[in-house]
Amino acid sequence: MTDAISSLPTQLPPARRRAIPPDVAAARVRRRYASERTFKALGFGALALTAVFLVALLTSIIVKSLPAFSEHRAVLSVLVDAAIVDADGKRNADAIRAADYASLTRAAITAVIPGIEGRTARKALNGLLSSGAADDLRDRVIANPSIIGTTIKTPMLFSDDVDLYLKGDTGRHTAALGAAELTPSDVKGDITLTAANQSFAALIADLEREGVANDAEAGAHVLDGRIPSRVVYINGGAVKVVKATANTLAGPVLLPLSSVTPAQAGSWNLTTYVQPESRRRISDQEIVFIDKIRSAGAIERGFNWRFFTSGDSREPELAGIRGALIGTALTLFVTLILCLPIGVLAAIYLEEFAPKNWLTDIIEVNINNLAAVPSIVFGLLGLAVFLNYFNLPRSAPLVGGLVLALLVLPTIIISARAAIKAVPPSIREAAIGLGASQQQAVFHHVLPLAMPGIMTGTIIGMAHALGETAPLLMIGMVAFIVDVPTSISDAATVLPVQIYLWSDLPEAAFQQRTAAAIVVLLGFLFAMNGAAIWLRNKFERRW
Amino acid sequence: MTVVYFTALALLTLTAYVLASRRSVALSATGVRMHSLPAYHGLLAISLVIAPMLLIWAVGTPLVSQLAASNALTNFPAEIRNDALQAGSALREIKNLAAGQHSGDVSDALRAATDTYSAWRTSGNFLLLIIGLTAALAGIATSLRMVSGQFRARNHFERIVRIVLMACAGVAVLTTIGIVASVLTETIRFFFDPNIKGRPGILDFLFGTEWNPQQAMRADQGDIKSAYGFVPLLTGTLLITAIAMCVAGPLGLLSAIYLAEYASPRMRRYAKPVLEILAGVPTVVLGFFAALTVAPYIRGWGEALGLDVASESALAAGLVMGMMIIPFISSLSDDVMNAVPQSLRDGAYALGATKSEAIKQVVLPAALPGIVSAFMLAMSRAIGETMIVVMAAGLAANLTLNPLDAVTTITVQIKTILVGDQEFDSAKTLAAFALGFVLFFITLILNIIALRIVRKYREQYD
Amino acid sequence: MENSTVDLSAIERVEAARTAHLTAGAKPAKVLAHDVNVYYGDKHALQAVNVEIPDRGVMAFIGPSGCGKSTFLRCINRMNDTIASCRVTGKITIDDQDIYDRSLDVVQLRARVGMVFQKPNPFPKSIYDNVAYGPRIHGLTANKAELDEVVQSSLEKAALWNEVKDRLQDSGTGLSGGQQQRLCIARAIAVNPDIILMDEPCSALDPIATAKVETLIDELRSNFCIIIVTHSMQQAARVSQRTAFFHLGTLVEEDSTKTIFSNPKDQRTQDYITGRFG
Ligand SMILES: Nc1ncnc2c1ncn2[C@@H]1O[C@H](COP(=O)(O)OP(=O)(O)OP(=O)(O)O)[C@@H](O)[C@H]1O
Ligand SMILES: [Mg+2]
Repeated sequence: MTDAISSLPTQLPPARRRAIPPDVAAARVRRRYASERTFKALGFGALALTAVFLVALLTSIIVKSLPAFSEHRAVLSVLVDAAIVDADGKRNADAIRAADYASLTRAAITAVIPGIEGRTARKALNGLLSSGAADDLRDRVIANPSIIGTTIKTPMLFSDDVDLYLKGDTGRHTAALGAAELTPSDVKGDITLTAANQSFAALIADLEREGVANDAEAGAHVLDGRIPSRVVYINGGAVKVVKATANTLAGPVLLPLSSVTPAQAGSWNLTTYVQPESRRRISDQEIVFIDKIRSAGAIERGFNWRFFTSGDSREPELAGIRGALIGTALTLFVTLILCLPIGVLAAIYLEEFAPKNWLTDIIEVNINNLAAVPSIVFGLLGLAVFLNYFNLPRSAPLVGGLVLALLVLPTIIISARAAIKAVPPSIREAAIGLGASQQQAVFHHVLPLAMPGIMTGTIIGMAHALGETAPLLMIGMVAFIVDVPTSISDAATVLPVQIYLWSDLPEAAFQQRTAAAIVVLLGFLFAMNGAAIWLRNKFERRW
Repeated sequence: MTVVYFTALALLTLTAYVLASRRSVALSATGVRMHSLPAYHGLLAISLVIAPMLLIWAVGTPLVSQLAASNALTNFPAEIRNDALQAGSALREIKNLAAGQHSGDVSDALRAATDTYSAWRTSGNFLLLIIGLTAALAGIATSLRMVSGQFRARNHFERIVRIVLMACAGVAVLTTIGIVASVLTETIRFFFDPNIKGRPGILDFLFGTEWNPQQAMRADQGDIKSAYGFVPLLTGTLLITAIAMCVAGPLGLLSAIYLAEYASPRMRRYAKPVLEILAGVPTVVLGFFAALTVAPYIRGWGEALGLDVASESALAAGLVMGMMIIPFISSLSDDVMNAVPQSLRDGAYALGATKSEAIKQVVLPAALPGIVSAFMLAMSRAIGETMIVVMAAGLAANLTLNPLDAVTTITVQIKTILVGDQEFDSAKTLAAFALGFVLFFITLILNIIALRIVRKYREQYD
Repeated sequence: MENSTVDLSAIERVEAARTAHLTAGAKPAKVLAHDVNVYYGDKHALQAVNVEIPDRGVMAFIGPSGCGKSTFLRCINRMNDTIASCRVTGKITIDDQDIYDRSLDVVQLRARVGMVFQKPNPFPKSIYDNVAYGPRIHGLTANKAELDEVVQSSLEKAALWNEVKDRLQDSGTGLSGGQQQRLCIARAIAVNPDIILMDEPCSALDPIATAKVETLIDELRSNFCIIIVTHSMQQAARVSQRTAFFHLGTLVEEDSTKTIFSNPKDQRTQDYITGRFG
């Protein structure tokens, strides 16, 4: 950099040697200041862009996660039929547990929308509820068998598609009030609606614009799932429009009509669901049912506690992070009890006792390099050594903890050494001068004083371990595990791996749960880092 | 059994301490001048209990399992015993049955084998317990005999502590040895073991341009041709790393310059946490962001411009990877620039340089070695990063430098091959270890050079 | 100290413990250095030092900076062992026992030879724990009451008791510089050593604190052998009975303080005490 300095005078010619006109000099200074400003602005811009990245990351994830924290339930009256739940009347726990609760929930929802016929329609109606609704009911009955034989009002979880429909804008629609009298041909089945005049000309025009031509064979415009669907709400029922002419509409009844009396203009409407049926996960039939239940006032929205209290599931609405959280806790527990003592003792050795020789040098270089080895390589180590050589169980927090301990050990050693080094030598001298042995000086005086620094480093190391995914994939912590683990040798998964697993699933509800799990993970990480900073500030010591 | 053993260990430890320190106290009460405090006599006694018992356990337990397993397998016919795969699965069934987790039918041979297994284990573990207890009691007796005025219990105990400390420092070395040994042996098998079907030659591996590790699992799938050409993985990895460095290099360095030279303390107070938070975001989160937010955006923009963008483009993964290493580069460069002595800057100012001139012409050249090493460390981080590419880059091993195409990386392939069911002796599985070796090797070289440079640089200004 | 008459046994016990490890019929403490050379790596820091230090009273080491005073002082309790590059040859005996003998436990040596450092370095613990640390690690007291007794008498001997008796549980680092240094002296006394080494104990203190420490040294000299390194000729003259002058790694002259300051034999000593160099 001596070159750099000697190059300066070329930019700042000594005034004595050559007279520079003042305006040229001024222009030159102005130019230099301009470049100064540009440079500074560049630096600030880089920082700002980084901040924008971070904000974009956090907001996109938080926004995605929000829907996952609430769930929709149908509050229905259900008859806990003694004949089904407790057939022999002996209150036998096993029998109660094994009973067919799904039939009860089916009966409950059918009661809200009576008169549904046809297999598909009934299936659609029953499919609105999650399979978890029956399980919840079972838990309730087991907890309180006295409700057997009574009718209770209980919230029943909707399936994820219904939940998403209720949260999102899939149901976006426009409704046009009927302009003329409309007569249905029947109350159920495939029916025709005949208008008093050519009142569907506008609909036909819309259909033509959407690319539907008149079908000569049918003598009408035929609607399919690729264009926005139309439903006529009339006489308390609903009819899906499949064929349209200028004065008639025809299609299946989605919700039975009360009568075939002609409906006056203004008492019926034609609703257009903007999203075509083929592009949503929920059919027109289901939409009609849900709206019916909603208008009966039987839908509630509540906080999704299940997300924190249940394990993984194939059904998004039932999936939770409890298993992953416990798995994480077990794994980190193993990591902590291994790497804290080993790391601290190693740091003490290197800082206080190690002779200065090649062996110590090797250990030192080795630790620095180990800190930069890709984490997936530690996974390979775990796979080859712990699983295949030592035959430890796959997917177990024990092995995960071992691998993570080796992974964060260098970090902890390095920070512990720094903390020990920061303790002034006068403390050691004082102790040794009193006749303490070197080890007594270290363990009685140096170590306690270095402890806050060591704890800070440890928390940061553990935060690192908490977010680590790749090495855990290698040792098989990716299995689909429903049960919440109870010991360090149970098969388990951890929060980051759960995030990875969910992010791969196609259901939108799982995407939201992934984001929600990320929010929880980030919450823990921020808390840990906050604790580390607090510790650092609180115990920071100026010698 | 383990519980019993360790409960015994704990109780004996306590007994040893109490007995030895009591004895020492009693001795000093009779007027004997003790060299060491009672606590040290106790601690020494503890070590004489723990060390042999742990040793016996560590050596004995695997031995017992081994014996039990080999004896249990004698219940099966020789062809099962001699086939490693079948023997392994038989053993697994035995263990499951012994643990009461077996599902399905139980054959007579299996039941007999399990009985043998359990019997051997029970008696073996019992024997271990007896040996351990004997050794521990002998340890206590020895330590009690040793308690005396001149006995230097503290010195002996401190020697033991020193050995423990040294062993802890050795764990780091052992880890490296473990990594090298495990990865290297599998790699050597991959290239040279004649029993592995479909293994490539070293040159095929290093210079082959086709990567297709699909293994013919059954005879009727014989037409699936597996290929282990490493080049597309390398180019894919380097492409993504290059994109990441293009993002993170300028942004990280400029941020560092701004923070180190321009920012007010207040500004630093707010800006540093931003970088620290970014550094603390787990890569699985960044991968999710890349796959679900960034990639669709890039695809959208590409479509708007009439470009054909793969849904798992290298660009998306590279950009987010760049985000990941910005804090890394900026904090390392920040440190490095802070280490440049103020006197150098003052020299430039005294000549009338503006701040940016001083930075560009004095600080940066002086800090260059450090900055170079920061970039190298960041590159090694990017090369070894797994989750972002697993989630946002594809599996297609395209040999291309087009950032809009899908590419795959070394880490993605390791993960893909090793996650899920694997047979340990197939060329495919071994290929993952070979890739791991290459990865370890590349990053190690980068790290060693970078750390060397940093060290030199530090020495220059210390 | 109203209960000192009640329980003198604690102090007696400590005294007994100290004398117990002197071999039977031992002579009073005395340091004898014979041909002591010290090297830091290749640097020959101390050359052929021979000196005899009496068992009671104060011995002062004076000399220009870097002449090896601290080095020699640290040889006497083997503090130099903590410096990896340091090598000591020759022989130093205390009461005829070679302190560099392999069989000697250096920890016990340091219990006999206390040290007070240039900068006060109390442990960041309570005042009580500071003083109690030595007796604890050497097992000098049998119970809490005895320990309290030792702590109190040490603080009294260090003339600090009255200032801290109400705040024994406060941190030792919260005291003033002079108090800290007296605390360090109390801490050293609490082990009841034979010899106390002091390396410029007053250089970090103001004149009033210095005066207090000097008074203290004067009081302690009847019970201990004190070796003090000082840059202040006045201080050496005030507190010491004998003085040794070091120059460029050699011991130039050692005699009674009076002689050194009034009638030195060596020209270099003369020059130094009259301020012509150093
Ligand atoms: N740890 C060490 N390593 C190398 N050389 C040392 C070390 N300590 C002291 N020295 C050298 O030994 C010589 C004597 O040092 P010493 O500290 O004994 O001097 P001193 O007389 O106490 O000086 P001062 O009055 O300044 O304290 C000096 O030249 C010094 O540079
Ligand atoms: Mg000195």
